[in-house]
Order: sequence, then structure tokens, then C-alpha cells
Amino acid sequence: MTLPRSIVELHDLLKNKEVTAVSLVDAYLARISSLNESLNAFNTVTDDYAYAKAKQVDETIANNPNAFEEFPLLGVIVSLKDLYLTKGIRTTASSNLLKDYVPAYSATVVDRLEKAGAIIIGKTNCDAWAHGASGENSDFGPTKNPWNTEYVPGGSSSGSAVAVAADLSLISMGTDTGGSIRQPAGFTSVVGFKPTYGAVPRYGVIAMASSLDSMGHFTHTVDDAERVFSITRGPDGRDSTVKEVEVTGSVKEKLTIGIPKEYFSEGLDPEVEKIVREAIAFYESQGNTIVEVSLPHTKYGVAAYYIIQPAEVSSNLGRYDGVRYGNDRTHFGAEAKRRIMLGTYVLSSGYYDAYYHQAMKVRTKMCKDFEAVFSEVDAIIAPVSPTPAFKIGQKSSDPLQMYLADVYTVAANLAGLPAIALPGGFSSNGLPIGFQLIAKQFDEAVLFQLGKEYQANTHWHTKTPFL
Amino acid sequence: MALTKQDVLHVAKLANLTLTPKEVEIYAEQLSSVVESFDELSKVDTTDTRPTSQVTGLIDIWREDVLQPVRTLTQEEALSGTEKTHNGNFVVEYVFADAD
Repeated sequence: MTLPRSIVELHDLLKNKEVTAVSLVDAYLARISSLNESLNAFNTVTDDYAYAKAKQVDETIANNPNAFEEFPLLGVIVSLKDLYLTKGIRTTASSNLLKDYVPAYSATVVDRLEKAGAIIIGKTNCDAWAHGASGENSDFGPTKNPWNTEYVPGGSSSGSAVAVAADLSLISMGTDTGGSIRQPAGFTSVVGFKPTYGAVPRYGVIAMASSLDSMGHFTHTVDDAERVFSITRGPDGRDSTVKEVEVTGSVKEKLTIGIPKEYFSEGLDPEVEKIVREAIAFYESQGNTIVEVSLPHTKYGVAAYYIIQPAEVSSNLGRYDGVRYGNDRTHFGAEAKRRIMLGTYVLSSGYYDAYYHQAMKVRTKMCKDFEAVFSEVDAIIAPVSPTPAFKIGQKSSDPLQMYLADVYTVAANLAGLPAIALPGGFSSNGLPIGFQLIAKQFDEAVLFQLGKEYQANTHWHTKTPFL
Repeated sequence: MALTKQDVLHVAKLANLTLTPKEVEIYAEQLSSVVESFDELSKVDTTDTRPTSQVTGLIDIWREDVLQPVRTLTQEEALSGTEKTHNGNFVVEYVFADAD
């Protein structure tokens, strides 16, 4: 069976009775079973659960003439980063501390996907507790890049990116706290969408840094990213940081796109720069206006982020004491301990003002930089990561070098902005390279319009790794 | 600013983490290099700048103070994550150690 690459394609196959939901589950499970040993993308495969749901989906299609209108994600095979709580299905955060934890409730996003007709096929590997940018911090072993298994797929949502890139699920949910959706999307040639902070409920997703965490997803197409967002977004009465925002959906036909000069400075790999410049040239050729802009506090972003984020991590991981669920604190891995201690340090007496308080003020400066720029432009275009994927083991002994590579992604989290990473081409040695678009808060419609314009005229998102 | 091994042990104690001597050595070095990279931030003039702790401008989100069964776990569900229970309650460590 040729697996669908979009929800529209999938629904055509189901409507024309070329496939059934059960046969789709067969096909995806067969692919997972042949590839997961080498890619290590899944922690848990939920085959029985998926078959039960698939049977319901096939009955719905047979009996309900409005099935596809009532259930916009009907038959969509979805995998979930193993941070999303799933009632009755093991949820580990890819950590030994939670390796046997079975939640008593599901995340809001999971409930919404299932109500919309999606079929959960499994829980994906990630850096433990979402701490990392390579997948190597998983307590269950690293996920491999399907384009070259000697390379990292990026992280922390490594298994989710790989599940979509290698067609082990049609879509996948990830989390983005400092780039954890966009960076692995760029490294594996899929679309990675990070919504505005507070657009999608965080309820039931294991928290990393609560003022930064965004619930987003991986797809092949921008159209699918928009469809999934229309299901996951909006208040749930549980996460009180979710903001009710009217979706306009209407965007002017031609837009103004800013190139932040600070994102094209030293440290940017020439092959990455070339691909971002090609995307800029594409947008200009379509009649959009391109202007240079400045985000002067960009270079302070990583330092501010690696103070605020570990501070919130140290607080959020304080609850894991092994009393109510999970194992005790001796089960934390090296990176979790590193971040808990870093966060505890910057919050501790004597250092709070110099580090944490100053970082929160720099965060204000960065928000103001974006406010000024978005008074002139509709979107910003930038690289996702300074380099393409690196080799497994290349950076794992030097945490600071790993942190510094987050320079282009953390700003959108610190300012709560929506962003989308798109496949934009390949390096000379065949590794994917992406670029990202960033918009102002709750202006996701701009990202979807620009993303669709790009994909309608380019073919990068149709490329598949040879496996 | 460099962290000494004593600093690392102090922070680990505050965070309720147990470290081996080897870990203390590694973390002293790694955390020092990360914390030293933070010194850059002191160059930013933040006079009259207010700190940001949340970004979407929401204030005072209220809900009715009523019990809603749909958002509450049953006792059985709440206890389902551990085998360390006693008479329908969690078993916890002593907060006050016995004098003996």
C-alpha cells in the first residue's frame, strides 16, 4: 500500500474505498515493525488500541454519510511524543523515572484528536523530559535520522519528527519549549509547527518550562498543520493560560517579510544560509515584499533562555519524588540533573537577581524587539539551526555547545510567538535543511498562507528518505 | 562565575538530588562553563525594564469554586500510580524524623 502524505489524500483513499482504516493500521504497523529497530522512534506501539479505534472508524464511514465533515481527522494515524498523557497507555517522558507510569487521564490535545477521529498508533521517543536538541538524552537510547542513521534527528521531539519523516504515522504531536519541534523538523525534512504560547492547552502534557511550552505538531504539508491546529487550539477550561482568540483566517494576498540581520551572522553554515536565501528569493519572486530588520537582543537569547528554562524545569521536576507515581529521584538521567541543578542555582539566594531577574528583563527587551519589527512586517524568515544534523556523539560531551545551537529558535519561545519550520532543501551530503517563518502572537494564519504558497511551488516536502 | 564542588553539593541538596563524587566533579566543570556564559547578560542595560514572566497579557483567570466530577480523579484513579498505599492513602516519608 502507498501511504498517504496528507489528510486530503487519506480521505480520498478512504472515500473511494481504496483502503480501510484497519488496512491502514496494518500498513503502518508493518512499517514500524520493520524500521523501529534501526530508527528507535517509538517507545510504545499501541497496536490493539489502534485496531479497536480503526474498526470504529470503518463503521463510522460505512454508517454516517457526513463522517468526514463531522470528524475532520477521521482515520488519521497519529503518534504522540511520550510527554502527552494517554489514559491507560504507558507515558514515560523517555525517562527511567516514569518508565512504568500509566496515567489515569489523557491530555486535552489527545482527547481532541481522538474525538476528531484520529487513531493513536504509539508514543514516540524524545530527549528525556524534553531536555535536549539531538534525541541523545533519551533514557531509552537515541532516535536515528532516517536520512542517514549515523546522524541525530534533532530534538527534543526526535521520535515524532522521525515518525512523520519515515511514514510511521501521518502526523505526530510534539512539544516546543526552545525549538524542540522546529529543529528536528528541519533535520528530517518535515513541517514543524509551533503555535503561539497559550493557543493550545498544555493540560495533561508533562511540563518542562511552563512559561515557554507550546503544543505543536509535525506533518508533511502546511495544509495538514493548519487542519490539526484547528482541532487542538482553544480554551479547555483547564489550562488557564489558554487565550480565547478569534481566528480571522483572512490575510492580505501579498505580505511583507523581514530578514533579521542578526540571524545571518557568524556561525551560520553557508549551505544553510544558501537555502534560506533561496526561500527568500522565492517569496520575493511571488510578489511579497522583503525588508531587512533588526532584532538587536538576539545574541542574548540563549543565555536568557538557559536561565529561565532550567529555573522552571527545576520547579516542575520538583514534584517527582516517587510517592504518588513513578520511581524516586535517583532515576533522573544526567541532563535532567544538570538542568535541575542549573535552575536551582540561578534561583538560589545570592544569584537570583544577577541571573534569573536579569534574564526576565532581557526577555522583556526581546519581546519589545519583536513588537517593533512586527509593526513593519507580517512575518520573519530565518534559519532554524546554524548547521544541518550532526553525527551522533559529536556534541554530547559538551552541553554548552549543544545549548548554543538553539540560538535561532529560543527567541520565538521567549516572546511566545508562533513559528513554522519548512523543508527547504538538502546539504551536499544529503541531509535535510529547513527554514522557519515567525509571526506575531496569534497570527498563525500568516504562517499557513506563506507555507502553502511555498509548498504549492516547490517539491522539497515530497522527498522521502530511502529506507 | 565558577562553581566549586561545594557549590554543586549545596545545589544538589537544595534540589533533593544525590550525586556520586565523579558526578560532582563533572557537574562543577560543566555548570561553571554554562554559568560563565551567562555573564554576557550583565551587558544589557535593563534600567527601567520590567521583568517578563508571561507573554500573552492574561490577568486573573477565574472559575467557579465548585466541585466538578468530570475534572476530578476518583480515589482509586489517584492511587493507581503507586503500590505504596495504606487504607486508601499514599504512604509518604516521615517529615519529622523519630528522635531515636
